[in-house]
Amino acid sequence: MSDIISIRDLSKTYSGGFQALKHINLDIRRGEIFALLGPNGAGKTTLISIVCGIVNPTTGSVTIDGGDIIRDYRRVRAMIGLVPQELTTDAFETVWGAVSFSRGLFGKPPNPAYIEKILKALSLWEKKDNRIMTLSGGMKRRLLIAKALSHEPIILFLDEPTAGVDVELRQDMWQVVRDLRATGVTIILTTHYIEEAEEMADRVGVITGGELIVVEEKAELMRKLGKKQLILRLSEPLSAIPAALARHELELAGDGQSLTFTYDTHAGRTGITSLLEDMRSAGVGFADLDTTQSSLEDIFVDLVRSKR
Amino acid sequence: MNLHAVKAIYFFEMSRALRTVMQSIISPVLSTSLYFVVFGAAIGSRMAQIDGVSYGAFIVPGLIMLQLLTQSISNAAFGIYFPRFTGTIYELLSAPISPLEIVIGYVGAAATKSIGVGLIILGTASLFVDLNIQHPFSMLAFLVLTAVTFSLLGFIIGIWADGFEKLQAIPLLVVTPLTFLGGTFYSINMLPPFWQKVTLFNPVVYLVSGFRWSFYGISDVNIVASLGMTFVFLLVCLGVIWRIFATGYRLKA
Ligand SMILES: Nc1ncnc2c1ncn2[C@@H]1O[C@H](COP(=O)(O)OP(=O)(O)O)[C@@H](O)[C@H]1O
Ligand SMILES: [Mg+2]
Repeated sequence: MSDIISIRDLSKTYSGGFQALKHINLDIRRGEIFALLGPNGAGKTTLISIVCGIVNPTTGSVTIDGGDIIRDYRRVRAMIGLVPQELTTDAFETVWGAVSFSRGLFGKPPNPAYIEKILKALSLWEKKDNRIMTLSGGMKRRLLIAKALSHEPIILFLDEPTAGVDVELRQDMWQVVRDLRATGVTIILTTHYIEEAEEMADRVGVITGGELIVVEEKAELMRKLGKKQLILRLSEPLSAIPAALARHELELAGDGQSLTFTYDTHAGRTGITSLLEDMRSAGVGFADLDTTQSSLEDIFVDLVRSKR
Repeated sequence: MNLHAVKAIYFFEMSRALRTVMQSIISPVLSTSLYFVVFGAAIGSRMAQIDGVSYGAFIVPGLIMLQLLTQSISNAAFGIYFPRFTGTIYELLSAPISPLEIVIGYVGAAATKSIGVGLIILGTASLFVDLNIQHPFSMLAFLVLTAVTFSLLGFIIGIWADGFEKLQAIPLLVVTPLTFLGGTFYSINMLPPFWQKVTLFNPVVYLVSGFRWSFYGISDVNIVASLGMTFVFLLVCLGVIWRIFATGYRLKA
């Protein structure tokens, strides 16, 4: 699969002197769903804004389908649809008017049939003659998606698409995203909800403090960095971890009823056998046991923590 | 050229004017008509003629200019300030359009609106005072040039302003006084010689004088100077806008 977006050594220092992006290198593959995952203030919006032409980069370059975002801006931007993070809409314009405006702005001749199709897909058809200010927040979000799709882009950016969005809209949105992907559209979404990346993405990039610290296939990321936990329900509560068990990575639950042992799945030796032996000789018995696998969330928290 | 984009911006802006027809058309026409009633009919009949033109007729070109300037500036300033204020500017910045196309869309719409208002006022004026237009083409040329130039100025103000206060400050604190002092209600030849000289630094004098010449063939300053100055303002505004887009000033972080 060829790359549709190539970001090279991209940095951004805002006029106040704050460096929001540090030497980002990233390739996005044609047709994939890529999740850019990171906490608030990580630089996700800044990165997207540069690619879309809203913010000027300080250094570095971005090419899209072989074209430079600055030199070939006309061809490049016509390929991109952007759903911004903030609910920024007109107030007095109608839904239909706003979506038609966006299509024209991106250089496409009017196509009422196509606009009808996207409004219907986003459950906005009944509202097409309503003024935007009469719409609810969720409806406005749908409108922003419709505007972004109005010119039939082949790359779609969704900046925190589900922040403050109800379940129904979330499901509609993911349906639209899946349908788009099926037609070959490349989708880049930013999020600080791990479940979102986990649910939707083919690949995940983790960004924090302006640095892209890992880019990996979602499944691979979880396999590589995933940890398992062994939870031992004790027969007798403990007030502290006995000294005999100190060399193991253990955590005692607040009520003293259970011990949690964390181990790497890909490590050759898990350390479970020696733990159990040590427990027997220390006289700590357990009544039950359970294992859990870490979610992307845990991986993420680990990554971010290790970076600090 | 992304013609679809220019059209989209132009018609978006025009439909905004039609939505707010009260504020954008009726109110300037009404307020100017009051001048015609007061100065043209009531007081004007008791005033001396100026250069052989009745006072009521004399002030018409200046009053049209006053509205043309304020309307052009406020239309264009508001047109570009509003998307900055609401954040919808992101769409404009991410669209495959050149700065020139953005300017043509916004400034074209603002100028169209103010020319429309100017023509309506002209029509209204003809109901109250006897008008004759000696040089109709020159009249139209001044109308269009002034509307475009001051819509460009309004566009600059709309980008520079970081609040509604600044947006209104320039038309209110600069343009209105300059227009009133620029020979709208009097010929600058009526002023003492010193003040005549000072007045020549007021750009509006050239616009009002040239515009009035188109009507009655009388002018305070040479018509060529008027036309020349109008072009100079136009070029200055274009230059500033070119700088704004080249540097991304107040548009891009
Ligand atoms: N226009 C700006 N001027 C100065 N700093 C900014 C600007 N926009 C964003 N920042 C800063 O850059 C950092 C990254 O912001 P952003 O890209 O919005 O992060 P994210 O989208 O990941 O939450 C934040 O610390 C933010 O305060
Ligand atoms: Mg953000």
